[in-house]
Amino acid sequence: MRLMTGIFAAALMAATSIVPAKAAGPELADWAALEKAASGQTVYFNAWGGSENINAYLEWVGAEMQSRYGVTVVQVKLEDTASAVAKVIAEKAAGKNEGGSVDLIWINGENFVSMKQQDLLLTPGWATALPNWRYVDIENQPTILTDFTEPTEGLESPWGGAKMVFFYDSARTEASSLPDNAKQLLDWAKNNPGRFSYPAPPDFIGSSFLKQVLSEVIADPAKLAKPVVEESFEQDVEPLFAYLDQLHPVAWRSGKTFPQNYPDMKQKLADGELDIIFAFNPSEASAGIKAGELPETVRSFTFSGGTLGNTHFVAIPYNANAKEGALLTANFLISPEAQLRKQDPAYWGDPTVLAMPKLSEADRAAFAALDLGAATLSPDKLGPVIAEPHASWMERIEVEWRRRYASGN
Amino acid sequence: MAGLTARLPRSAVALTLGLLVLPITFGLLGTLLPAFGYLPALGGDDLSLQPFRDLAATPGVATAAVLSVATGLAATFISLGITLVFVASYAGTPTLSRLQHLLSPLLAVPHAAAAFGFAFLIAPSGFLIRLVAPLLGIDRPPDILIPHDPMGLTMIAGLVIKETPFLFLVTLAALLQVELPAARRLAASFGYGRIAGFVYLLWPALYRQIRFAVYAVIAYSSSVVDVALILGPDLPGTLGTRLVQWMNDPDLSARFLASAGAVLQLGVTVVALLSWFAVERLASLLLRLAREKGWRFLRDQFLRRASILIVGLIGGAVFAGLAILALWSLAGLWQFPDLLPQNFTFRSWMSALPRIADPLVTTLVTGLASTLMAILLTIGCLERELQTGRSVGDKALLMLYLPLIVPQITFVFGLQLLFIYSGGGEYRLIALVLVHLVFVLPYVFLSLADHWRALDRRYEIIATALGRSRISVLLSIRLPMLIRPILTALAVGFAVSVGQYLPTLLIGEGRLSTITTEAVALASGNNRRVIGVYALLQTILPFLAFALAALIPAALHRNRRDMRV
Repeated sequence: MRLMTGIFAAALMAATSIVPAKAAGPELADWAALEKAASGQTVYFNAWGGSENINAYLEWVGAEMQSRYGVTVVQVKLEDTASAVAKVIAEKAAGKNEGGSVDLIWINGENFVSMKQQDLLLTPGWATALPNWRYVDIENQPTILTDFTEPTEGLESPWGGAKMVFFYDSARTEASSLPDNAKQLLDWAKNNPGRFSYPAPPDFIGSSFLKQVLSEVIADPAKLAKPVVEESFEQDVEPLFAYLDQLHPVAWRSGKTFPQNYPDMKQKLADGELDIIFAFNPSEASAGIKAGELPETVRSFTFSGGTLGNTHFVAIPYNANAKEGALLTANFLISPEAQLRKQDPAYWGDPTVLAMPKLSEADRAAFAALDLGAATLSPDKLGPVIAEPHASWMERIEVEWRRRYASGN
Repeated sequence: MAGLTARLPRSAVALTLGLLVLPITFGLLGTLLPAFGYLPALGGDDLSLQPFRDLAATPGVATAAVLSVATGLAATFISLGITLVFVASYAGTPTLSRLQHLLSPLLAVPHAAAAFGFAFLIAPSGFLIRLVAPLLGIDRPPDILIPHDPMGLTMIAGLVIKETPFLFLVTLAALLQVELPAARRLAASFGYGRIAGFVYLLWPALYRQIRFAVYAVIAYSSSVVDVALILGPDLPGTLGTRLVQWMNDPDLSARFLASAGAVLQLGVTVVALLSWFAVERLASLLLRLAREKGWRFLRDQFLRRASILIVGLIGGAVFAGLAILALWSLAGLWQFPDLLPQNFTFRSWMSALPRIADPLVTTLVTGLASTLMAILLTIGCLERELQTGRSVGDKALLMLYLPLIVPQITFVFGLQLLFIYSGGGEYRLIALVLVHLVFVLPYVFLSLADHWRALDRRYEIIATALGRSRISVLLSIRLPMLIRPILTALAVGFAVSVGQYLPTLLIGEGRLSTITTEAVALASGNNRRVIGVYALLQTILPFLAFALAALIPAALHRNRRDMRV
């Protein structure tokens, strides 16, 4: 039953030993048999449904899966990934260990950690045994093997990359006035009161901003790679909240309310309410211009000292009904063809998780030929990646943030 | 045959009560157990008070609870006040029936759609400020905190524009039961003002009839989620929005906190209702005092004019909001402070339409099935009433209002656990229809009952005297004569089903999605164009139902002059 891949063997031993035998995954070594078993299955893919272009991309995936393998992929559109996690929990609560309602789930960070720790994921790790795993860029994208410092152990398969970038409207804001780090951003906000803000946590873009600032202002950044140490937590995050205490009075609506999420900030950039916004996808601005949501004068910038970056994944719950179909879909999602379309801003514009040198000549050329748009920074201008802090930091910071700013005092 | 016509209505009553009370009871149980620490799947094997201790320790929870009570009470008080003054001023006049035609369709507009339209209207980058921007020389949206103001004023306004039409129409239905012209003449002959005369003579009896509807408004307004998310304060939000956050928290132990929060929500709604009872007492005391003193309040013209202005503004706000939604759904780039988009495009519609087929079918099937079941049960119950000669008492009426008064969020979560536990995955659609029925049934019953009881029984007595059986009388006399209110009740039921969010989300589990669950999921992306498309789609379906309810009787009765209204 176990995978033969040597490096993961130890981790898998640990993982399988705590899982009941009936939850064991399908046979990954015999891929042809797996394809046969998958045919006719319906895969309920639980994915955030708030973006029309992503939904359209998933429809394309569904059509391809249907025509190639006879697998029906249905996107269950979520407001929040946590609600899919909640479904699996509810099913576990009801003793429904087979035939669950979630087959595939778009996930990363704390949701992954949560599911992993509660043994809610399909084990043993399967991602590294997918045929298309050979294209994946594990060498240069360390966030593929560690999701928010939590080892992925093949329990989730990478789907796309993310990197924090900032956008501004060059028709309103001088490029030379733009900040190059968190400290300068604060000064910029003081000079331009009411024109910068960030989504309130737990929105993940908003939480990411907090982590970005924390990574820049914490006295000892090495602490972020490890779980929060209770005794020193207050002291560790003090610089972050000192920063926010200065930022809020000069933020949009004086920090009394916050944008809802990235699309909300995008609308506010178009309306002229905000002058600097940020996203976790370098091509968002180009996509927004193309969709007529942003003026053509919008441009991107990033911090030369680095910005936060991570990877998002797909995972399979332990009680998934269509495990074979889900595995087949996960494999298709990291095929060069699916990744190429995903990185194309005409469809989505999400950075690929594949390594260019591992691809065929033709695929490499196709990636190189993608027109990323004038508002998108080319990969070499994106700047260094700051790794995500351990998931416990985000949880603690969110709680602390709510305590300080959302208690109605 | 005679036995059957007697038995069927009796079983309809039992079935109706069961369908209303059982889901709520089981649902509450499914919420209460985790609230007291019992949810074995998450390691909660013993009963404890820990979830409540955690809840008490959560920052801002008291503020959230106070906000929920205050916004709920304020929205209800204002809506009822506007309704009272307006109906008192204009009942029995052509103005009222004209505004009735304006306000009735507002009932069909789902809360979320109305709230979005309202937000697009009044936001600092919204349409109203764009109208005056050139005059005031504004080129950037002002930094003003609406919506989401910390006091919840925008949210109260958003609730008022939806609840006033509801209370207005409920009051109009009850108005059929009182002697309006006689009371008007009596009050006028003694020299009382229009409003005062109406309030002294008719309001107490009217209020007795509509009070459960008022309680439903209190319960709804103090626990609402979608309107609160769109317009309400968010730091902290109302208790309802916090609950949804906890239910969705990736930290799974928050599930206990959420259940305890749901129990607190129940308490919040109870406190709101108790406060309202105090308001009722106080108001009736004041009323008696004013009546006994003989205060005539003759000079009430200003109040009358103000009430019609406010009602007009309410109607205008909803319709203008829908128009702005329509504009956004067709907008290309539309920057501040442009009054119109730079260009129009069908892109938002084109990308949405291919995707709505499945949700549309689910919406229609669920809506039609639950509404049809509701109307059959309602007719059965009302027929039983005629047979026994006993009108439903307060207790039965309370049962009917139970699903509207117990906050949805406190029992649908428990119902979902129950549904999964029963392994009913294959019967998902049936379960969805039944859950919708819980919410559709009260509205259908309340919408039809007064008309049913108001029909002159002498028609049927004559028919029975002529030897027609009970069932034949029902089919050939009562149903045709009541075809208009029956169709209206169907339309109301359908609209209620279309608007259901939380029950559809939890029981449908994403496998069955309706236009409304799609709309709210897409609204989380906060794209005004997409919101425009889905909010309009969400509005169109109930509108079609009401249009059909108006057109079908007109077509059926085209050669029956006295049946036209």
